[in-house]
Amino acid sequence: MTFACDASPLLRVDALCKSFGGVVATDQVSIDVFPGEMHAVIGPNGAGKTTLVAQLSGMLSSDAGRTYFDGVDISALSAAKRAARGLARSFQITSILPDFSVLQNVALAVQARSGSSFRFWRPAHSESTITAQALDFLDGVGLSQRADETAGNLAHGEQRQLEIAMALALAPKMLLLDEPMAGMGSAESELMIGYLRGLKGRYGVLLIEHDMDAVFALADRISVLVYGRIIARGTPAEIRSDAAVREAYLGTGDA
Amino acid sequence: MDWVLLAEQCLNGFQLGVLLFLIAAGLTLTFGIMDFVNLAHGSLYMLGAFVCATVATWTDSYLLGVLLGLPVLLALGMLIEVVALRTLYQRDHLDQVLATFGLILFFNELVQVIWPLDGMNIAMPEILSGTMILPLGIEYSTFRMMIIVVGLVVAGGLWYAVGATRIGMQVRAGASNRRMASALGINISLLFTVVFGVGAMLAGLSGMLVTPILGATSGMGEQVIILTFVVVVVGGIGSIRGAFLAAVLIGLIDTMGRSFLDVLLLTVFSANAAEAAGPALSSMLIYVFMIVVLFFRPQGLFPPRGA
Amino acid sequence: MQILSPRTVFAALVLTLFAAMPWLANTFDQSHYQDVFARIMIWSIAAVSLNLMLGFGGMVSFGHALYLGVAGYAVGIAAHHEITNAWLQWSIGLLSCALISAIFGAISLRTRGVYFIMITMALSQMVYFLIISAEEYGSDDGLVIYARSDFGLAWLDLNDAMIRYYLIFVLLIGCLYFSYRLVNSRFGMVVRGARSNQDRVEAMGYSTYWYRLTCFVIAGVMCGIAGLLSANVEEFISPDTLHWTRSGELIFMVVLGGMGSVFGPVTGALVFHLLSKELAEITTHWHLVFGPFLVLIVLFAPRGIDSLFGLSRGIGGRADK
Repeated sequence: MTFACDASPLLRVDALCKSFGGVVATDQVSIDVFPGEMHAVIGPNGAGKTTLVAQLSGMLSSDAGRTYFDGVDISALSAAKRAARGLARSFQITSILPDFSVLQNVALAVQARSGSSFRFWRPAHSESTITAQALDFLDGVGLSQRADETAGNLAHGEQRQLEIAMALALAPKMLLLDEPMAGMGSAESELMIGYLRGLKGRYGVLLIEHDMDAVFALADRISVLVYGRIIARGTPAEIRSDAAVREAYLGTGDA
Repeated sequence: MDWVLLAEQCLNGFQLGVLLFLIAAGLTLTFGIMDFVNLAHGSLYMLGAFVCATVATWTDSYLLGVLLGLPVLLALGMLIEVVALRTLYQRDHLDQVLATFGLILFFNELVQVIWPLDGMNIAMPEILSGTMILPLGIEYSTFRMMIIVVGLVVAGGLWYAVGATRIGMQVRAGASNRRMASALGINISLLFTVVFGVGAMLAGLSGMLVTPILGATSGMGEQVIILTFVVVVVGGIGSIRGAFLAAVLIGLIDTMGRSFLDVLLLTVFSANAAEAAGPALSSMLIYVFMIVVLFFRPQGLFPPRGA
Repeated sequence: MQILSPRTVFAALVLTLFAAMPWLANTFDQSHYQDVFARIMIWSIAAVSLNLMLGFGGMVSFGHALYLGVAGYAVGIAAHHEITNAWLQWSIGLLSCALISAIFGAISLRTRGVYFIMITMALSQMVYFLIISAEEYGSDDGLVIYARSDFGLAWLDLNDAMIRYYLIFVLLIGCLYFSYRLVNSRFGMVVRGARSNQDRVEAMGYSTYWYRLTCFVIAGVMCGIAGLLSANVEEFISPDTLHWTRSGELIFMVVLGGMGSVFGPVTGALVFHLLSKELAEITTHWHLVFGPFLVLIVLFAPRGIDSLFGLSRGIGGRADK
């Protein structure tokens, strides 16, 4: 294990619930993520992963249950406030700033934790510390050559990398990664798994993923979500051999 | 308390509401189904008035003016949709707003070129020009009563058409999910054309209904378009029910406000203050109402599905 | 960053034209052109202020002309009550714009897209009707301003046409420079980012509502400056200035000139005014041409005249639906 499971959890989700009309999307979900742990959440399509991420990041309000981050109850906080506290997320459907350059994208993230942005006079691009840090993050995901390109023009895989860079640039305590491998070919996936492996131990990570190779290669623990409920939790080895999981998910022929 | 006056103003408010509904119905459907912001909807109201006035003057019959005017407006609406608006569906709202703003300028000017500069007036038809006695002994203008009846009949018809017919179902399907509806074989572009045409016809009808009272003048569309937008926003984009409820509420609030606000103010303030503040406040009343509604329900009374 | 890009050169040329206009007008015996260009510069200030919201912030406000009216009426009403002290008048005017834009912005910014457009329109109409109902201040007919704002300084006597002209010119330059600094500042980047992808910027921890509201207020106050100047040039203020159709014209100026740059709106105001002036001389029914012209611009040249200079880096497409 690369994390200390006797420390108190960084993220503690307690019996979270959400329904839409008559449909229960999230059913008493409880999850812990410890500092430095990479915790994956898997489940078949329609299991409620997207809803869960929306609730955790603060974009969707929950019907019941509480969320604690770093010991503080953040259940009532908006997405922006949660992000400001150190809970960064990446989006399943690539969500960068297409009109900005690659560098400007990351710089805006760095700027977010570099003091007040209610400054109206000095050009942002003249702040060398911010620009330097942004370039560092771009370097970390291998995009520094593309710093001046318009982000909207990047290839899909590169945009995903940019997403990660932006999430990291926020110097978060914890990352909420929503299907970072989505839509990637095998070569790009290999690269991404490499980057994600580099994150282990440094950040708490809640990884929502479909790609089983990645999950079993990276995760410290896995929670399995089916029809909005956690049906199993454990190490990759435990999950692989769990009968209920096999039946609900792996055994149905789903890859 | 002058109950007769109160009842009368209630009816007037309802009448205004009904007129607003006719214009708003088409607009809210256009917004909801086609996601299209049409600033020029008021121009259709204006064109309805002009067409009706022209036909009525030729044939000396207001009824013919309306009956012949309706298909003309339907055709005109569909023509405008095909020629000018189709290209705009894919554009963002700003483009649509600007383009339809340009259309307003064009139509206002066109009307002054084709018709007399001062607009047109027609006489109130004889049978409708008097007053009628309603229950409780209230005397009310027959013409205005006719407007209310026509409006309610149309509202009922629309409700039925959208809720219970096949076409209506297609309209609702198109409203919730355009692509899916198209995949299911519904001819979306034909649907859009028809919806717009019907909306234009209804707006035109509203214009026709006021022609004997207000006449037809250039720029009359601008006077109603803002109120119509308020109705659509308050009612909820895409909702006929919402448009009806909002229109009636707004019609009532505006009318009653103008009539009774100064009376209410007098109970609290001095005569001078009430007289000064009255007209100002009553004109603001609708907007205050809109702000209050949106505060509690930012997407209107009957928000679009999936909001 | 290119200092001498084609866009900058063009801007410099236009500004030089503005600066030289009084001399040019007199030399060619067309002295009324000085007034025409004074008006163009005033509208430029208003358009530049709107562009902060529209082009950079992605907020389609259809009630921006309101602030021209608010500031104008501040001057007019003060003058009506025999308060001609410019310092006082102008402070009241700008403070009113700040207050009203703060309140209206707070209300409108809770909505997005189509709702935002309509609410801004409706709110400006509300003030329009409020002004019309004020009998004492001229109602429909407007308010004649019998005395210009008095700064109490001989070199700033607004009754002198030259001084007025160059005051407007200096303020235009000031507003342009301020806008330029603003859009590139930290604040500007957040607002521009919110236009590009609001959810993303929120996910970075920025509460975009407050940034947008601040932008709204800054734009409102800047537009107020134009209103103060306009009242002093025309010596008259009418409710028509507040009508939503006037806001529509302002939007058109911004789009025509190009939303992607700070200077674009100035070009738009210039072309719009010269075009409408020329067309009006050809026919009284110039709207017949103007209307479709607007539609054609929207359809075929959505980036406006500015696009002739190539896209300004970092500012790309249009506001989102």
